[in-house]
Amino acid sequence: MDTQADVQLLMGNEAMACGLLEAGCQVAAAYPGTPSTEILQSLIDRRDQAKEPLHIEWSVNEKIAFEVALAASYTGKRSVAVMKQVGLNVAADPFMRSAYLGVKGGLVTIVADDPGPHSSQNEQDTRLFCLQARVPVFDPASPAEAKQLVSVAFELSEKYQILTVLRPATRICHSRQNVALQPMQTLQRKAHFEKNTARWAATPPFLPALHKKLNDNLDAIAAEPHLQPLKTAGDGSQPRTALVASGIVYGHLVDLLEELGLSDQIDLYQVVMPYPLNPAWAAQLRNDYDRVLVLEETYPVIELQMAHLGVVGKQSGHVPKEGELTPDVIYKVLAGFLELEPPATAPADSRGRRPSLCAGCPHRSAFYSIKKCFPKGIFPSDIGCYTLGINLGAVDTVHCMGACISQGAGFYQSYVQDAQDVAGGDFPTVVVTIGDSTFFHSGITALINAVIQKARIIVVILDNGTTAMTGGQPVPHLGITAIGEPTTAIAIEPLVKASGVNFLECCDPYDNDDFETLLKQADTHIRKPDGGVAVLISRHGCLMERHVARAQPRFKIDITDDCIGCRRCVEAFECPALVMNEATTVAEIDQDRCIGCGTCIPVCPVKAIIKGEQL
Amino acid sequence: MKQQIIVSGIGGQGVLFLIRLIAQVAVNRGLAVLTSETHGMAQRGGTVLSTIKVGAFASPLIRAGQADVGLLLWDANLPVHAPLLRDGASLVINAEQSVAGAQAKQCIAASRMARDMGNAVLANLILLGLAIQQQTLFCSAADCVQAIRQLAPERFVDQNLQAFQLGLNHTND
Repeated sequence: MDTQADVQLLMGNEAMACGLLEAGCQVAAAYPGTPSTEILQSLIDRRDQAKEPLHIEWSVNEKIAFEVALAASYTGKRSVAVMKQVGLNVAADPFMRSAYLGVKGGLVTIVADDPGPHSSQNEQDTRLFCLQARVPVFDPASPAEAKQLVSVAFELSEKYQILTVLRPATRICHSRQNVALQPMQTLQRKAHFEKNTARWAATPPFLPALHKKLNDNLDAIAAEPHLQPLKTAGDGSQPRTALVASGIVYGHLVDLLEELGLSDQIDLYQVVMPYPLNPAWAAQLRNDYDRVLVLEETYPVIELQMAHLGVVGKQSGHVPKEGELTPDVIYKVLAGFLELEPPATAPADSRGRRPSLCAGCPHRSAFYSIKKCFPKGIFPSDIGCYTLGINLGAVDTVHCMGACISQGAGFYQSYVQDAQDVAGGDFPTVVVTIGDSTFFHSGITALINAVIQKARIIVVILDNGTTAMTGGQPVPHLGITAIGEPTTAIAIEPLVKASGVNFLECCDPYDNDDFETLLKQADTHIRKPDGGVAVLISRHGCLMERHVARAQPRFKIDITDDCIGCRRCVEAFECPALVMNEATTVAEIDQDRCIGCGTCIPVCPVKAIIKGEQL
Repeated sequence: MKQQIIVSGIGGQGVLFLIRLIAQVAVNRGLAVLTSETHGMAQRGGTVLSTIKVGAFASPLIRAGQADVGLLLWDANLPVHAPLLRDGASLVINAEQSVAGAQAKQCIAASRMARDMGNAVLANLILLGLAIQQQTLFCSAADCVQAIRQLAPERFVDQNLQAFQLGLNHTND
């Protein structure tokens, strides 16, 4: 291998960002979401290397990101929309129609899947989504290949004026590899939107022809010689048997065959473009092999298109239908398929220590107060760090971005039907918690709906001034763009007021007493004759942001001999800096983790947690 | 040359920096390398596992019983991640006290030493120092020093090098 300066250690997400620069991409829009986030972040970090103008934005949600990139493509420029797999659900509406209408400049949607899942609410397969949307999709097997496929996806998009998708899985996004950089293309394109309402505003009469064109394109794309499955021929010792794999699973399989000394014995195919699969290739496999093992994450997309009676896979029940296909899982499947000695039972997957909110996290204080004020409340919550409020018993539901406000309203509507005395407030307190970024993403429409449907619920907006879970991307009320330029700040309060909310308060959750007083006032408001939605903004910066941690005072926190070992602080507050010494059966402060905020002080029933000198 | 390495810890301990460093050494030596990392929710203080495969590999993940080296920044993770190690694998552990199944020379109170230096996160480089001293990794101390100079933010380079040296020169006396 060469050690030239153009080989860099790159995370898959960084490699794809380099691929975007090399391909001459000029408009990039994304909403952050694990495991996709670092793609746009790396593009931001490397934007100075771009040879041509490059617009980069953190859009308010994925639908918007896709639509911005789409129109850029209409002008003839190369553009990209980046999101995680469930983000594509949000962008589904424009995405589906784009398959019919097509594009002008290359448009690639990078959708990061999360088999496992590791950090998502499901493990849906974007390749199956693409089959349903009728969009070609690429499935890279390594970070280096992910980068290379960015250009391939742009070229295919332009050749057929069709939308294309690159779907890296978590193990591609968050793997690092030595990757060779290529020169950047200079396309010298000027924006030129050619009006054509029959296409860009296609009404039903025009759609059958566009649909026909799409189907014809897919047939041609499936037959593209350079996109065919790649064959590594075996030595003939395993006749009429083949292995087929795509994505990172292909990588696992290659390493496993090597470990078992089976490399080059069996015909092996890597499917780089799982949809559309060439029917001629599938027919060839039906002809050449009696038995074919198909390994893919997460749904049987290749398997469905192969229509081969000898396929061993998810449909036949030989390959697990759920969860990540890790090397250990693949070994077991392969041993069954090749009649090898079965591997020793792999140890049960243990997740070890569970994650928790950071020391000093303002969400913890807010959750503690909410749970304290409304021990019998119903607590719909949402996607973000604050999902971890589950650990504190202050989160009952987590569904998808923005769902909590509508779910809260739905809870109210169902309970209030059964209430004997609505005027007397005979319904449970519903306290919804939603992060600031999630509120902008899809909470605002839900809030408007809750107001006009007369839902009586408390909405707590957990405003920590950032998109924390994904590493701190800017939010609309900061007035900063993706590249750090100032822009109009969209404050939360006027939005809430304009949504028809009559009770609006804001408080730092570190001030427990004030926060709890406001929660009780909010509960009084929702039960008043003219009451409705009450909104409380819980405002305190995220401590992962250095300037926040630096700006706030830090005290020496200790636990005195008064501790009775009741575990209340450890269990009901669950700060990582509070640990139970099982030998002495009293609580201790882990000074490595404590940030000296003192938010745990009110939690102790015997006042054994004390605040010392300011550090 | 092929080597499979696991780095185990909890979110916030600098596991990611450690694996970047080791992978950078591989790149500097012209070796192929693949890593896998834990991002997202698990980084909030939960158990994190990273893997590094140096040499001709196609996948970043390590199968049970195949890891040659284990670097454990959080000793309580040993029962969770030990099944990944092969028989006779090399192991170094950040631990205050002796750990069942490990020799004294494999353990180092890296967090305490790092705290004494003023920054608990430096435990990652102290542990790397011990790993090099114990000749568990494919690379040398000079390789690590070069990579620390490349990857550490400028104002932390000296402190990072000090931490690394502390682990490298550690004795059990």
